[in-house]
Amino acid sequence: MIELCDVNKTYQVGESPLRALRDVSLSVQKGEYLSVMGPSGSGKSTLLNMLGLLDRPDSGSYLLNGEKTETLPEEQRAKLRGEHIGFIFQSFHLINRLTTLENIELPMMLAGVALKARRKVAMAVLSQVGLADWAQHRPNQLSGGQLQRVAIARAIVMKPRILLADEPTGNLDQASGQEVIEVLENLNREGITLMIVTHDHNLGRRAKRQIRMVDGMIETDSSTEHAPARSDTL
Amino acid sequence: MHLPDQIRFNWQIFIRHRVRTGLLLLAVGLGVVSVILLTSLGEGARRYVDREFSALGNQLLIVLPGRKETTGGSPPIYGTAPRDLTLEDAQALSRIPSIKAVAPIIAGTVSVSVGSLSREVIVLGSTPEIFQVRQLEVAQGKILPDRTRTDAMAVCVLGSKLKQELFGHGRAIGEWVRAGDRRMRVIGVLVERGESLGLDLRDMIIVPVRTAEQMFNTPGLFRVLIELAGNADFSRTEAKIMEIIRERHEGDEDVTIISQDSMLAAFDNILTTLTLAIAAIAAISLVVAGILIMNLSLISVSQRKREIGLLKALGASSSQVRQLFLGESLMLVSMGSLAGVIFSWAVVMVVARLWPVFPLAAPWWSIPAAVGTALISGLVFSLLPARRAAALDPVLALRGEA
Repeated sequence: MIELCDVNKTYQVGESPLRALRDVSLSVQKGEYLSVMGPSGSGKSTLLNMLGLLDRPDSGSYLLNGEKTETLPEEQRAKLRGEHIGFIFQSFHLINRLTTLENIELPMMLAGVALKARRKVAMAVLSQVGLADWAQHRPNQLSGGQLQRVAIARAIVMKPRILLADEPTGNLDQASGQEVIEVLENLNREGITLMIVTHDHNLGRRAKRQIRMVDGMIETDSSTEHAPARSDTL
Repeated sequence: MHLPDQIRFNWQIFIRHRVRTGLLLLAVGLGVVSVILLTSLGEGARRYVDREFSALGNQLLIVLPGRKETTGGSPPIYGTAPRDLTLEDAQALSRIPSIKAVAPIIAGTVSVSVGSLSREVIVLGSTPEIFQVRQLEVAQGKILPDRTRTDAMAVCVLGSKLKQELFGHGRAIGEWVRAGDRRMRVIGVLVERGESLGLDLRDMIIVPVRTAEQMFNTPGLFRVLIELAGNADFSRTEAKIMEIIRERHEGDEDVTIISQDSMLAAFDNILTTLTLAIAAIAAISLVVAGILIMNLSLISVSQRKREIGLLKALGASSSQVRQLFLGESLMLVSMGSLAGVIFSWAVVMVVARLWPVFPLAAPWWSIPAAVGTALISGLVFSLLPARRAAALDPVLALRGEA
């Protein structure tokens, strides 16, 4: 469902250009569970943003469900993003003035779903992450683990096929991190494609497929011995 | 994204930032109030003049000595002419069938005294017709007798304030006053009435026209007021007046005729223009409010960077983000305008109740003009912040950078 082919991305950092992705090719099947690890600045977040259509490649192609995305106008990329991709961030990114329920409804509101319909869906999703009693609370009344579960509920409310999580346990203690990971893995078992970017080796090793990035390139990909993770640049 | 959702979303922002919202509402509201109230003053002035003229009855012509030159310049309210407009001219005019009454006027100032009390007032020398034409009535005594049309009688009618100052609450009718170097008997006191066309009718003395002629030693009339018959044709009567003047003045048309309509139209014009100018000045405050909106929106965009990034990650397109910010400003301006309109309307109502002399009233166009200017200003000045928000790079915005 994800076909990344020879993708390059360069950022201008001060005077010198920084090559965040170098000829990255990656193929992900539906329902896979991947982790992306690597040192800071290795390009793993850029890869995630690229897959989440938040960023455009300088060169190379990205097929999402067989659709070429890199040339789509912003409007349609936003729509694809809303429908197919759920984001989970290290710092949760919940809006403080909105209730838990309203936060979860946000993607549906942007997509133009009517109030009644989305209230129902949001409540169902909230129960799914075990926070049905917290619907009318605001983010500042919840614990970190609860916040991340609300964020997960928001990410899956549009029934996306892909969940992209950037350090989902980075701001959590051991116990709540464990809770959150279990929620994510349960979702994966139900068929959603899950990709987690992390520094945490224990977390990374749980994934069936593990990718290690260095200097904007995929160094190892546990699933592929035969296919080269990058085109030969030597 | 549906409109009700957008409104609710923005409303939650307003609640969250109460002080900011309150200040913006105040700025917009004050702008709208200033436009509506200032134009109401202008409109009130126009209505006031309108009413004053109408009080004269609309069948009035004023003949002034001297010809209006068509070379431009200010309208000749006081004409000068080599040849006087005389009492005989006025009498000749009164024979035109479509003219109901002719009141010749000689005007000047004179010192009126009773005993040691003395007042400098305007004196109008006229005939009994002045009471009809200017719709004056006496509260006590009687008006000038018919004989005063031709004779210089030593009688006078006092304005109410003048009577009060000279005689207090005592009896004035039948008493003697000294006007200039003449003694006259008071035969009437005018009904209390306010100013009319800038002439304080309360502080004035009316004497027979012949008497005034002798007092000021001039046969020249200050002006002639003419009341037309109910069905009279203005332009035909004007032509007729000119014809008679030409006959009597050896072929010269050396008078100026002002109809009440033309004066009213001129005043109307001036006051409407003035009101528009005031409105334009007041509208500047709405532009200032717009700039305030822009500043605060720019701050809001940088404060809400993460939120904008998040919205984009959740599927909001750039145009949706732009719409959200524009909608926020429009909502603010609408609420501020509504508050301003309601407040101004209340003020106009209260002032009209407390001070009925001055007909304060918002002209019909002032509310749409004020609200329209506010909306346009709000929209124009939030374009820049909204565009900045829409253009934010989601990746950087999520990190709070960019």
